Amino acid sequence: MSLDNVSAPVVVVDDLDFGPATGLVCRECGAHYSLGAAYACMECFGPLEVTYQYGDVTREQIEAGPTSIWRYSALLPVSPHAVDEPNLAPGWTRIVHAHNLAQELGMTSLWIKDDSGNPTHSFKDRVVAVAQSAARRLGLTTLSCASTGNLAHAVAAAAARAGQESVVIIPDDLEDGKTVTTATYGGKLLAVRGNYDEVNRLCSELIGDPLTNDWGFVNVNLRPYYAEGSKTVGYEIAEQLGWRLPDQVVIPIASGALLVKVDKAFRELIELGLVEDKPYKIFGAQATGCSPVYQAFEAGHDVVRPVKPDTIAKSLAIGNPADGPYAIDVVRRTSGAIGSVSDEEVVGGIRKLARTEGIFAETAGGVVLASLEQLLASGKLDPKAETVILNTGEGLKTLDAVINHVGPTATIQPKVSDVREALA
Amino acid sequence: MSAEVTVRVPTILRTYTGGEAEVTVDPSSTSGGETLAGVLEALEANHPGIKARILDDSGALRRFVNVYVGDEDVRFAEGLATPTPAGTQISVIPAVAGG
Repeated sequence: MSLDNVSAPVVVVDDLDFGPATGLVCRECGAHYSLGAAYACMECFGPLEVTYQYGDVTREQIEAGPTSIWRYSALLPVSPHAVDEPNLAPGWTRIVHAHNLAQELGMTSLWIKDDSGNPTHSFKDRVVAVAQSAARRLGLTTLSCASTGNLAHAVAAAAARAGQESVVIIPDDLEDGKTVTTATYGGKLLAVRGNYDEVNRLCSELIGDPLTNDWGFVNVNLRPYYAEGSKTVGYEIAEQLGWRLPDQVVIPIASGALLVKVDKAFRELIELGLVEDKPYKIFGAQATGCSPVYQAFEAGHDVVRPVKPDTIAKSLAIGNPADGPYAIDVVRRTSGAIGSVSDEEVVGGIRKLARTEGIFAETAGGVVLASLEQLLASGKLDPKAETVILNTGEGLKTLDAVINHVGPTATIQPKVSDVREALA
Repeated sequence: MSAEVTVRVPTILRTYTGGEAEVTVDPSSTSGGETLAGVLEALEANHPGIKARILDDSGALRRFVNVYVGDEDVRFAEGLATPTPAGTQISVIPAVAGG
């Protein structure tokens, strides 16, 4: 299995075996393209999405699969061999029934899908694994990305495991936990004097430069494949709840892709007969300091006006979110809503989740929890309906966010009397 | 005096520019003058068909195209009316990355 292949050589496969994937289609104008390292429509610049022809997929087949995203290989644009090629084998993270938190919030049934349990401690390992598999098929030998931090970890580590080159490009003001960790995985790390949107722009401009001919930018020219990896969050939620869909889900919005793909996963499971059809509501969560999708949703717009981010939730600090319009479509279609919370509320959310459930989330998790509270308070989210919230990353990555808010109860001499006094 | 500006062309539009990643145009004699609208007119004159890929049927920037004049996303500036003084670099980029 994949975990035993640590020392296996890099596998470059010439054939274009993408499993059930049949091609790429423009989400805007519907133009069709063959599978390849294409990501924007030649006609209208619209984003390209993978099309599929699924075979018979049963619960039993999935349940007999590996305890990783590869149990859903038959629903992803990957070769059946992807599981056996060197990769981080992410996914199948725990889902926690959050009784304490539910009680505190006056909710009946609340679950936390905790993706901090992935190999590099965020949900990004899922998308990178699918992109890495596509890179192999397409003969792209260097893995690259524009990142707000979590993706940097995932790409650098995945490349290290597979013996591939990596070039990770980040804004130079990220939290130390993100920069230092990425650098430790090895590979090239470029810190750009600019924000994420500028880094993103740089990566888009690098595409087509001869320097990057054999580079796979996981979230640019491999984006159609990469984004599909997020579906596995939705598949896992349904399977872990006993092959059924929750009533409500709260999902952080950065580019918006995760939210869109969780919805896509739910719809696919219904269409494939793997879960019973039922209504569900998808809620989004943004930090007020970078809330372009929230603002467009509230204003009733279809177009997301870019903003310049200013929030401690750096993993969500995408001012020009590519999937924003589609995220709004999903939230409207499912009768959900979007929360927008201050940095102070984000810190409060992180602390509450840690205090009630022993889960230390990064800032994105704080945004989700604070948004949950806001949506409950406004009556948009039903406290009696079964709800799943997503924690997409580990709190140790963003210690900066809480470092000035918590600390030792007391600093004392090693004496019993001092302990008594401190705890009195 | 020349009002030439440089336009960086994304891979998907290079079929219109004979494979060139960067082209120069002079918008001063167009009806749009030295603005992004004028640059797109001048671009169309040299590379027919390219403008319709960047603007939609109503003449607005397509939803998934980002245009930068210098370092500024034109959505933060004046859109198609954004001034493009001589020597400006303009970048046209698909807005599909992120996250």
